[in-house]
Amino acid sequence: MTARLRAPGLPRAGLFLVLGTLFCAAIIIAAREAYGFETFADGGITAKGQNAILLLSLLIAPLWFLIGLGAFDYWFYWAAGKKERAEDHSGHGATSWKDYFRVNTDHKVIGIQYVVTSFFFMLIGGLLAMLVRAELAAPGSQFVDPNVFNGLFSVHASLMIFLFIIPVFAGLANYVLPLMIGAPDMAFPRLNALSFWMLPIAGIMMTASFLAPGGSFSTGWTAYAPLSTSAPLGQMFFTIGVQFAGASSIATALNFLVTIITMRAPGMSFWRMPLLVWANFSTSLLVVIATPFVAASQFFVLFDYALGFNFFRPEKDGDVLMYQHVFWFYSHPAVYIMMLPGFGIISEILSVKSRKPIFGYRMMAFSLLAIVLLGFTVWAHHMFVSGMQDWIRIPMMVTTAIIAVPTGIKIFSWLATLWKGVLHLDTPMLWALGFLTMFTLGGISGVILAMVPMDIYVSDTYFIVAHIHYVLYGGSLFTIYAGVYYWFPKMTGRMFDERLGKAHFWLTFVSFNATFGPMHLVGVKGMPRRVADYAEEFAGWNLFISLSSFVLGLSTLIFIYNMVSSWRGGPRASANPWRALTLEWQVTSPPPTFNFDRIPTVVGGPYEYGVPGHVHGILEPAEEARPKQAAGASSAEEGV
Amino acid sequence: MGLEERSLAQTGPRPERPHAHADWKQMLGIGIVASILGIAAGLLIDWFPVAASEEAKPIDTLWDVLIIASVPVFVGVSVVVVFSVIKFRMRPGEEELDGPPIHGNTRLEVVWTAIPAILLVGLCTYAFIVLTDVEKAQANTMEVRVVGEQFAWTFYYPGEDGKEIATRELHLPINRPIKFTLQAKDVLHDFWIPAFRMKKDAVPGLDVTYRVTPNRLGEYPIVCAELCGLGHATMRAKAVVTSEAEFTSWLQEAAKPPAPPAGGGGNSGKALFTSNGCSGCHTLADAGSNATVGPNLDKVLADKDEAFIKTSIEDPSAEIADGYSDTMPKDYGQRLGEDGVDALAKYLSEVTKGG
Repeated sequence: MTARLRAPGLPRAGLFLVLGTLFCAAIIIAAREAYGFETFADGGITAKGQNAILLLSLLIAPLWFLIGLGAFDYWFYWAAGKKERAEDHSGHGATSWKDYFRVNTDHKVIGIQYVVTSFFFMLIGGLLAMLVRAELAAPGSQFVDPNVFNGLFSVHASLMIFLFIIPVFAGLANYVLPLMIGAPDMAFPRLNALSFWMLPIAGIMMTASFLAPGGSFSTGWTAYAPLSTSAPLGQMFFTIGVQFAGASSIATALNFLVTIITMRAPGMSFWRMPLLVWANFSTSLLVVIATPFVAASQFFVLFDYALGFNFFRPEKDGDVLMYQHVFWFYSHPAVYIMMLPGFGIISEILSVKSRKPIFGYRMMAFSLLAIVLLGFTVWAHHMFVSGMQDWIRIPMMVTTAIIAVPTGIKIFSWLATLWKGVLHLDTPMLWALGFLTMFTLGGISGVILAMVPMDIYVSDTYFIVAHIHYVLYGGSLFTIYAGVYYWFPKMTGRMFDERLGKAHFWLTFVSFNATFGPMHLVGVKGMPRRVADYAEEFAGWNLFISLSSFVLGLSTLIFIYNMVSSWRGGPRASANPWRALTLEWQVTSPPPTFNFDRIPTVVGGPYEYGVPGHVHGILEPAEEARPKQAAGASSAEEGV
Repeated sequence: MGLEERSLAQTGPRPERPHAHADWKQMLGIGIVASILGIAAGLLIDWFPVAASEEAKPIDTLWDVLIIASVPVFVGVSVVVVFSVIKFRMRPGEEELDGPPIHGNTRLEVVWTAIPAILLVGLCTYAFIVLTDVEKAQANTMEVRVVGEQFAWTFYYPGEDGKEIATRELHLPINRPIKFTLQAKDVLHDFWIPAFRMKKDAVPGLDVTYRVTPNRLGEYPIVCAELCGLGHATMRAKAVVTSEAEFTSWLQEAAKPPAPPAGGGGNSGKALFTSNGCSGCHTLADAGSNATVGPNLDKVLADKDEAFIKTSIEDPSAEIADGYSDTMPKDYGQRLGEDGVDALAKYLSEVTKGG
């Protein structure tokens, strides 16, 4: 037992978590004693003392947990001047399921850790959504009080955004991206492992907030001050959880940037990168620039809440609107953090499944960068009714509308890619086509919302709820499903059940529209969002929406069953079941531990389907590969 | 030769696919018909609640214009997807076939960048005109100060000699431009009367204003649209649009009793209970309220005396009912005045006896 507690791993992490909490308790008790505040009273601990210990533990105990887990061991050796064993790959690769529960430096293991963890939190988030819909099935109060209700939708949104959509894309890219650019791993494998392990901390923290004294955080995922600075302790589970999720995604984004810039295989110029790599490059730029802003806004809330600062306290000359400006300066770009990787996935799938080069490859890459730039100029469209200065609304309306142009370019290019192709209508393709239509609908309601007078009327109504779900469910989640089905054979070495995959798509597609379509209508009719109760006139539609949402929730079970049973006993997948050109399909399924036996050489574009004799990459080093270069290899440069 | 190597070598010259031929004219025709049907449906749907202000009309028209501009875009994308799926899907025997290697078409790309850009700038210009139209100042404007707090609205009308008249119900004369000045006591709220189409946040520490001109008699719900805490969903009030004469007499009536802080009602405990927003959060059988935001008074006060109730109103943090947090506003002592608190405590202790 002592040996297990000395070696890095979950047992030692548990021990350190306890020690960390005791450490925080000691600091608080000592500090309170020093300032002459009571900590113990009536044989117990005072409420204020208890809150302070909990709050400090939220901040510090997770770091102890990470140390116990062994996430910092290598760096500690290095800092202490010990021999750091640079070539030690014992933490690399997985031979049994237990290897997924320790600090692992293999990007493929981390990728799967990410995907599975985020789908776990997606299921919790979905369950919370179904509880929300159950409460809203009829007017009046069904089974939860308003405090719990506000907690349900707040935790639902926070989990879906910070623990599902953002990290699941990072997970898919973690698995696929190094393979795609011909790299043996990510640039910083240990940082990669640390980034992953901060995620479950954030997720457990947000989910556990229901157990906090006074109930979970209940201010929505936007956590507007001053509601959030005056809320019970549960609010801090969000404020601090976001810090861990945010630190995780900043570190991952830096890792992606360095990997993409420095570790591309010979011959992989920027204009030969698959669009998924372009998409993650753009997303990482967004993350690195924008995420520090949400961290800042939440630290300000923390200071206001815990230390009595006055950033957002109006009675002490704090600025309430400043919270929204800083928050949205992250959170609007965050919408694109949740979209661009999906654009990359769709580009891969549509090209392979239509057996055609992606139409307008360079425009596709440029439009990604245009979205990154424009994404920083539109944040205040969330604030048209917030009481900010009037003049800024007009430039924000124009930039918000104009961001639809690069997005439109992408949609039209995908349509042109479909045109005259040989369409393989299997499960990944169905999800991609579903995305194309549903995301268009979400984009259109986005343009409607950009128009200031319209936004003044429908902001904070169910129209917004409909819009955000068309964008993030019909947009992001459809691309995530497409990507998971598409790379499932590569990740697991097994094929999924095609019939179940199609059933999953159709059931989801229909119930998704039945759930979120009518919300446009009730929103324009005047039903505000984030309400536990509503006027009698909305009863009919809400019942319909709730019933549809239960079907939507149940459709996920088909997916889970398909994934689990296919992984355990599906037919073996060949290396390249889709006949794709990109490099990840040129190695075995699943790939060898270090991806490529020898670093491959890239000799042409990634999507040259239909070009006779075209080759994207050769699994041999450059000097040996050169004489064999195929005749049509340079057509990417000529054709675009 | 393994699978990997086969995939590297692409297929030879493409055979013709006579079935895979989409007729542009047919597609365009279907697209136009579907767009017209879609636009017709979009315009026929009764989207909005009743329109009761001058501002409603231009905004509703803007909505119609946006529908007309949006439907063809969605129909266009969908029709191309559906046509591609039908015409170009892989037939048996085509498993190894590739499509034509088309990389791009500069003219087409310029066109589909330019058209949306022009369309969007056009829509923005129109929206800007509508915005200027609905926000412009008008003569003879009446100013009403609206104060939001957890979880009720109070309305202040300018009275004689600078004294304001406070009410819990919003009365407005018809066809008179109104300028609302929104304020918040605690957190963000949002003052929204759907029938008037306009809304804005009430922000602590700021005066936020907007204007409407009610033009239809009747009663309309007032909604708080910004999440403001436990009672957000129950933060409702009523806007009554009356004739100028009725409004004047109502305002005179409202000004009569010692207006703030008792509100529009009388001074009986029950009236105080409803007029001060207590019924927005607390269940109390006698007052006919069954809200569940705060503790159920029928239960928690059943065995309490008048003194306890008085303390609970003046200092709500003193003792908090199990399962509830300290969110009750702390200023009811000031608002109700000493007599008010006494009357309310007496009333509450009477009606919850033996409950």
